[in-house]
Amino acid sequence: MNVPASETGIHKRVVLAEADIDRALTRIAHEILEANKGPRDLVLLGIPRRGFPLAQRLAQKIAAVDPSVDADLITGQLDVTLYRDDLQRNPTRSPLATQLPPSGIDDKVVVLVDDVLYSGRTIRAALDALADLGRPRIVRLAVLVDRGHRELPIRADHVGKNLPTSSRERVRVHLAEIDLIGGSAVNEVVIEDRA
Amino acid sequence: MTTNTSTLPEYLIVGASIAGGAPQDLLVRDGVLAAVGPSAAADASAAAITIDAEGLVALPGMVDLHTHLREPGREDAETVETGSRAAALGGFTAVHAMANSSPVADTAGVVEQVYRLGLASGWVEVRPVGAVTVGLGGERLAELGAMAESRASVRVFSDDGVCVSDPVLMRRALEYVKAFDGVVAQHAQEPRLTEGAQMNEGDVSAVLGLTGWPAVAEESIIARDVLLAQHVGSRLHVCHVSTAGSVEIIRWAKARGIDVTAEVTPHHLLLTDELVRSYDPVYKVNPPLRTSDDVHALRAALADGTIDVVGTDHAPHPSEHKECEWAQAAMGMTGLETALSVVQHTMVETGLLDWEGFARVTSVAPARIGRLAHQGRPLATGEPANLILVDPAARWTVDPATMATKGRNSPFRGLELPGSVRATFYGGHPTVLDGRLATPRPAAGPATAQEAPAWSI
Amino acid sequence: MKHLLSTQDLSARNALRLLDVAEEMSAVGEREIKKLPALRGRTVVNLFFEDSTRTRISFEAAAKRLSADVINFAAKGSSVSKGESLKDTAQTLEAMSADAVVIRHPASGAPARLAASGWIDAAVVNAGDGTHEHPTQALLDAFTLRRHWARIGGGPSAGTTLAGMKVLIVGDVLHSRVARSNVWLLTTLGAEVLLAGPPTLLPIGVGSWPCTVYYNLDDALAQRPDAVMMLRLQAERMNAAFFPSTREYSRRWGFDDGRLALLDTMGLHDTVIMHPGPMNRGLEISSAAADSPRSTVLAQVRNGVSVRMAALYLLLSGDHHDEQDGEMHDELPATTPEGRIK
Repeated sequence: MNVPASETGIHKRVVLAEADIDRALTRIAHEILEANKGPRDLVLLGIPRRGFPLAQRLAQKIAAVDPSVDADLITGQLDVTLYRDDLQRNPTRSPLATQLPPSGIDDKVVVLVDDVLYSGRTIRAALDALADLGRPRIVRLAVLVDRGHRELPIRADHVGKNLPTSSRERVRVHLAEIDLIGGSAVNEVVIEDRA
Repeated sequence: MTTNTSTLPEYLIVGASIAGGAPQDLLVRDGVLAAVGPSAAADASAAAITIDAEGLVALPGMVDLHTHLREPGREDAETVETGSRAAALGGFTAVHAMANSSPVADTAGVVEQVYRLGLASGWVEVRPVGAVTVGLGGERLAELGAMAESRASVRVFSDDGVCVSDPVLMRRALEYVKAFDGVVAQHAQEPRLTEGAQMNEGDVSAVLGLTGWPAVAEESIIARDVLLAQHVGSRLHVCHVSTAGSVEIIRWAKARGIDVTAEVTPHHLLLTDELVRSYDPVYKVNPPLRTSDDVHALRAALADGTIDVVGTDHAPHPSEHKECEWAQAAMGMTGLETALSVVQHTMVETGLLDWEGFARVTSVAPARIGRLAHQGRPLATGEPANLILVDPAARWTVDPATMATKGRNSPFRGLELPGSVRATFYGGHPTVLDGRLATPRPAAGPATAQEAPAWSI
Repeated sequence: MKHLLSTQDLSARNALRLLDVAEEMSAVGEREIKKLPALRGRTVVNLFFEDSTRTRISFEAAAKRLSADVINFAAKGSSVSKGESLKDTAQTLEAMSADAVVIRHPASGAPARLAASGWIDAAVVNAGDGTHEHPTQALLDAFTLRRHWARIGGGPSAGTTLAGMKVLIVGDVLHSRVARSNVWLLTTLGAEVLLAGPPTLLPIGVGSWPCTVYYNLDDALAQRPDAVMMLRLQAERMNAAFFPSTREYSRRWGFDDGRLALLDTMGLHDTVIMHPGPMNRGLEISSAAADSPRSTVLAQVRNGVSVRMAALYLLLSGDHHDEQDGEMHDELPATTPEGRIK
C-alpha cells in the first residue's frame, strides 16, 4: 500500500521486485525439470490463493523449455482449508475450489506450490488433502519465499528466496493475477514491520 | 376485644396535588379523610405523623377488576398474601380475585375463603369474583345468588380464562344477576375460532407460523353479548378488550344506551405482537398482544370513555410455565406493580388523560362497576381514606426479580417507566410508605367495622 | 453466524456464502474419499422431537463427512410437559458438551427459544420447527435452483444469485415451514416468488409477503415460472374443512399429467418441478410429473447433504467472537407504538 509509514505505523520494504520474482520462478522451473529428469508425470498444484498463479507461471516456464508440455494440463489447485489445524482459532474461512488436472494425481510427481513457507502447517494440511484425493508417486514442494520459523518437520525442495525474518514481521506476496494496488496490478514481495 | 380508635396514628399529608390540582393538605384519621385543605394542618393532633408530599399527586386508591391471585390451588404461582402485597405496592386498595382458582370460585364456600384470606392479609381489599358456570365448564350456572349473599357479597361474575360461549347460558346469566345488581364480566373469545390459538392472527403470525387468534373471535362475542344485554336489560362488562374492532362495537352499543362497560389491560395499551418475534413466552397472553393500530384505538377509547377501566389481568405463573417453547407456555403476564407506570406512560404522558381521568379509569369506574361503595371516592372531607401518593417525575427500570408478586413473568422487564407509588393508604392505614411495604391493616378493628356492605350504594 | 434458525434473518451475503461453500462440499461428495477432517473432535447432536428419518439421516451424513461425532437423540413422546423436557434436555446436552444441536420440533420457535434461552452454548440449527421454518430445506432448494439456473445460463453456479428466476410454490402454504423458508430465501437471492393454493391454506397476512398470490394454479402457471415447487399436503388437513375433498384439491391444485403436458405446450422446456418430499403421489403431484426429467426430487435429496455440511462447517469451524452479523437485522419493526423495547 502506498501509505506513508508515519500514518500507519507500518514499515514496509520491497524484498523482491517483479524481475526478481520472474528470475526466481525461471530458476525453480529449471530445478523442477532437472529433479524430475524432464516433464514426465509432472503435476503442479497451487495452494490458494497465491500458490495457484505461481503454479500457472511455473507451468508456462516449463512449457517454454519443453514445447511438448501443455501448461494448462499439468496445473491444478489444491485447497487445504478443510484440512487446516487452526480452524477454531480464526474467523470462519470459506473453502475454495480444488481442481485437479484431467490426468489426476495417482502415480504422478506432484509439486505443491505456495507463495510463502512459514510454520509448515499449510503444507501439512496440503499433504493430508492430497492423500484424500489420490496417491502421488512423489510429492515435492516449491515456494517463492521461505521465511523460516518452521513448527513442523517440513522443508521445501525449491525455494525462490530465503528471507530471514522476525516473527513480528509479515511477508506479503502481491501477484498481478490477484492483487490490484492503487488500481494497477503489482508483482512484488514486501516485508511489513509494525513499528 | 376493644380497640380505642384514637390510638390509631393520624397522618397529615402536606402539599399533595389532588389528582393534579393545586397542592393541598390531607388529614387521615380513623380510616377517613378528616380534613382536606387549609384546615387539615390545624385539625391535626400533635401526634400526627407528617408526610411531606411535595411534588406528589394524591389519587384515590386504584381498584383492579381483574386480578388472578391463584389461591386456592396454585399457591406456587401466587397467594392472596403475595398478590395483595404486590397490589398495595402498585397503588391498589382493592382487587377483584378472578374465579379460576382450584377449586374454582363457584360456591359461597370458596368465595368466602378468598374473602377471608384477603381480610387476614390486610394489604388491600380482596373482592372475590364468582364463576358464572360450575367449574368454568360453560354448562350449568353456578350458585350466583349464594355467592352474592355470602360474606364475600360477590357482585362481579366471570368465567375469565374461558368464554361463556353458549348464547343461552350467557343470556340466563345476564338475566339472573339482575336480582342482586351483579354484572357478568365476559372473557370474549369464540372458542371454535381460536382452537390452538397462540398469538394475534396477522402479518406476524403468518411469518412465525403460530396459530392465529383472530380479532373477529373477540369482536363477534362482544357484538352478540351487547345485543343480549340490551335484550334482557342487564349490565355487561367486557374484560380485556384488545382490538380496534371491539372498540367500535362497544362505542356503538353505548351510543344505543346499552349498559355495557369495558376494560383494557396495561399491556394492551403498550405492547404489540411484534414482540412475539422473539418467541419469548413472557409475551404470551390471552387475548394476545395485537397491532400498533389496535393499541392506538384502545388508548383513544380509554381516553374518550368508550373503555371505562384499566384492569391488570395480573396473571403470575411459575417460571417453568414460561421457560419453555411458546406453544407449551402458559398465557398471562404480571401487572399489579407496573399498571400505574404503564398507564401514566401511555395515557398521561401522551396527553390522552389527565390525573383526574387517570383516577376515573383506575379507581372511580372500576369501583362503580364492582359496586364497592367505599372505593373510588373523591378525596374530600369525610370520605374513606383509600388513597395513594404518586411521584409522577420518578423513573424506574422494571426488574421482575425485585417484585412482591411471585410471578417473574413481566413483559415490561428492562423497560424504563415513569411514576412510582410512594404511599398507599387502605382504609386510613398506610400499607406502603416511602415506596416500600409498611404494615398490613389489622384484620379486626374499627376500620373493618366501618366498611360499608358492598350492596349499600 | 452463530445459529441457523431461519432464512428470514439470513442476509444475502451469508446465504450466498452458504451456497458457495455447499458447492465445494458437493465436490467433495463426488470424490472417492468423501470424508473431511474439518470438524474433528466436535460433537453434533441431532435432537429430534418429531420423526423425520430423511432429515436426520441427511444431517447425520453431513456431520460425519466433516468428521464430527454424531449423537442422535430422539426425544419424542415424553410424558413430562414438553416445556420442561426441552429445557432439561438442552441442559443435558450442554453437560455433554455438544457443539451444535440440530433440532426438529413440532412447536414453532423452539429452536429460536433454545438459542436465546441461555440453557445451552451450542450452535443451534433449525431442522424444521412447527409451521415456522425449515431453513436447510430452503437452502438445498435454492442450491438446486441455482445450479439449474447456472446451467441454463451457461455459467458457473458459485457466486451467482437467482436474479431473474421465477419460482412458483403451490399448496398448503399456511402450514408449510418449507414454503416460509423458501419465500424469504429465494427473494433474498433475487428470485421472484409466486404462491398458489386454496385461500384457506394461505395465511392471513400473506399480503405483506414479497410475492404474488394466485388462487388458481393455471393462472399462476401462465406466468411462465422457471420452477414449480409442490408442497406436501399433510394428512391432518384433509379432515379439517380446509377444502371439500382431496379429489377437488388434486384437480385444482395438484400438479397432474395435464399440467405436465401444459409445460411442453407452453414451450417451458427448462421449467423444473420440485418437491421437498415425501410425496403424496396422485394427490399434490402425479407420478408422471414426479418421475419426469423435469423433476429435481432426487437432486434435492443429494444436495441436502452438501448444504447441511456447509451449514455445520460455517457454524462450527471458526472462532465467532470477532464476527459481525450486523447486516442480519437491518430494520427491526417497532414493538410498541413508541418504538422498540430493547
